[in-house]
Amino acid sequence: MLNWLKSPASETQVTHGQRLWLYAFAAIIMMLLVLPTLIVIPMSFSDSQYLEFPPETWSLRWYRNYFGSAEWMQATATSLKTAVLTMLVATPIGVLAAYALHASRLPYIRAAFVLLITPMMVPVVLIAVGAFYAYVKLQILYTITGLVLAHSLLAIPLVVIVTGSALQGFDMNLEQAARSLGAPRWRAFLTITLPQIRFAVVTSMLLSFLASFDEVVIAMFISGGDNPTLTRNMFNALRDQIDPTIAAISTIMILITTLMMVLVAIFGRGKT
Amino acid sequence: MAATDLHAADLRRDERLERWKLFGLASPAILLVLVVLVIPVGWLFYVSFVGADGNFSLENYERMVSRKSYLRIFVTTFQVSILTTVLCIVIGYPLAYFISQLPTRWANLCLVTVLLPFWTSLLVRTYAWLVLLQKQGLVNQWAISLGLWDEPLKFVHNMTGTLIGMVHIMLPFLILPVYGAMRAIDKDYLKAASNLGASPRRAFWTVFFPLSTPGLFAGSLMVFVLCLGFFVTPAVLGGGRVIMVSMKIVSNIELFVNWGAASSLGVVLLVLTVIVLWIASRFTRLEQMAGGGH
Repeated sequence: MLNWLKSPASETQVTHGQRLWLYAFAAIIMMLLVLPTLIVIPMSFSDSQYLEFPPETWSLRWYRNYFGSAEWMQATATSLKTAVLTMLVATPIGVLAAYALHASRLPYIRAAFVLLITPMMVPVVLIAVGAFYAYVKLQILYTITGLVLAHSLLAIPLVVIVTGSALQGFDMNLEQAARSLGAPRWRAFLTITLPQIRFAVVTSMLLSFLASFDEVVIAMFISGGDNPTLTRNMFNALRDQIDPTIAAISTIMILITTLMMVLVAIFGRGKT
Repeated sequence: MAATDLHAADLRRDERLERWKLFGLASPAILLVLVVLVIPVGWLFYVSFVGADGNFSLENYERMVSRKSYLRIFVTTFQVSILTTVLCIVIGYPLAYFISQLPTRWANLCLVTVLLPFWTSLLVRTYAWLVLLQKQGLVNQWAISLGLWDEPLKFVHNMTGTLIGMVHIMLPFLILPVYGAMRAIDKDYLKAASNLGASPRRAFWTVFFPLSTPGLFAGSLMVFVLCLGFFVTPAVLGGGRVIMVSMKIVSNIELFVNWGAASSLGVVLLVLTVIVLWIASRFTRLEQMAGGGH
C-alpha cells in the first residue's frame, strides 16, 4: 500500500499519494452522477404515501395505480407511438440527408448542414411556441402527426451527425466499384454502403426514439386533448405535488432507456 | 476539336445534374426544418414587432427595457447559466482528467457513470432531485440523523435546488468533449516536460492544460448555450422563485396569451444564443461542439 502511494502515477512522476485527493473527488462525483437517479427505483416499491428510503414496507401499490389508470395508460401509448413513428420518420430522411451532404459536392452543402443542425441550437421553447402557432394554422394541434413532425425535427441533427461521421469513415470507392460494375446508385447504396454504416443507422434510430420519448417542452405545447404524452402528464403532476406514482413511472422509463442502451451496445457496436 | 469540346460540355452538365440530384436527397429533411422551424420562428420574429393595435411597433422590446421584472428575468437567466457553467467546469474538468489518466478499459467503465445519467430522462432526474432535496427528503433526513445540521434545510424551490439539478444535467455535456481533448494529448509531451526539469504541477499547467482548452472551451459553451434556454429543471426545482427567460415565454403564452411579449423574448433569447455560438465558431468548429455531446 505504502509502496503504491509512492509509486509514480503519470509521465510527470506525480505519485499516487499526491493524487489521492483527485481519486476521492472523482469517486464522490461519479457516485453523485449515478445514485440520485437510481434511488428512485427502490422508492417506487414503497408502500408509503411519503417517499422514504429505505422503504419500511414494500408493495406494488404505485405500479397498480399506474397500470390501473386509463389516463396514464393512454399517455404511455401516445408516447410510445410517437417515439416509434419518430424513429421511422427521422432515421430515413436523416440518413438520406447525411448521404446527400456527403456525396454531392455542391458548394451549398455547408449551408445545408448548418440548417439541418439548427434544431439543436435553437432554444427548444422557441421551437415549441413556433410549432404551436404553425399547428393551429395547419390544424394538426394535439395530433400524433404533429408530435411526430416536431420530434423528427429534433432528431434530425442527431441522425445527420451520427450517420455523417460514419460516412466519413466509409470508402466511397467501394460504391463507385459497384456502380462501374453496373449497379444503379440506389442499389449500390443499399447493398454496399448501407451495410457498412449499419451501426450508425441503428444508433441513429435509438437516438431518435429517445429524443422523442424524453421530450417535454414541445409536448407541453402541442400535445394534449386526446393525445397528451407521458412526459407532459408527468411534468404537470410534478408541478402539483410529489405523487409516488411518478416514481413508478420513472422506474419504468429508466428500464426502457437502459434497454435501449443495451440494444445500442449490442447492435450499434463500433463508434458512437 | 469541336466534338471534344461538346463532349466536355455535356459531361460537365451531366455532373452538375448528378450533384443536384444527390443534393435533392436532402430535401425532405430540409423541408421539415423549414416548415416546422424556420417559417414559424420567422413568423414569431414578425409578431414581435407588431404592437397591441396591430401596427408596427417596438413596444414589446421597450417593455423589456423599461420594466424591472423583465430585467430581473434576464439577470437570473445569466446568473443561472454562468454559475452552472462555472460549477460544471470546476467539477467536470478534474473528473475528465481522472478518467483520461486511466487505462482504456477502466476509463470506459468510469465513462458509463457519465453516460448513464446522460441517457436517463431529464424529467426523471429532475424528479429524483426533487425527492432527495425536499424538506422531508433523504438529504435532510440523513444529515440530521448524522448531526450535520439540526433543522431541515431548504434545498428545493429556490436557486440552490435549481443549480444542483442543472449542474447534474449539464455535466456530461462538459465532460465528454473535455475527455475527448485530453485523450488526444500525446503523453510524450509530458515526459519531455519532466525530462527538461518541470515539476508535475508546472508540466500540467504549461503543457497539459493548454492542450485541453479546445475541449474545455467547446464543452463550456455548449453548457452555457443549453442553460440559456433551459426550462424543465428550473421550472420544477425553482418552484416559481427562479424565473428564467424560457419560463416567462411559456407563461406569456399559457397564462396571458400575449404572443407579442412571448415572441420578443424568444427573439432576444435566440439572438443571445446565436451570438454565443458565433463567438464559439470563431474558435472551434461547430460540428465539434455539436458532436461533442454524443
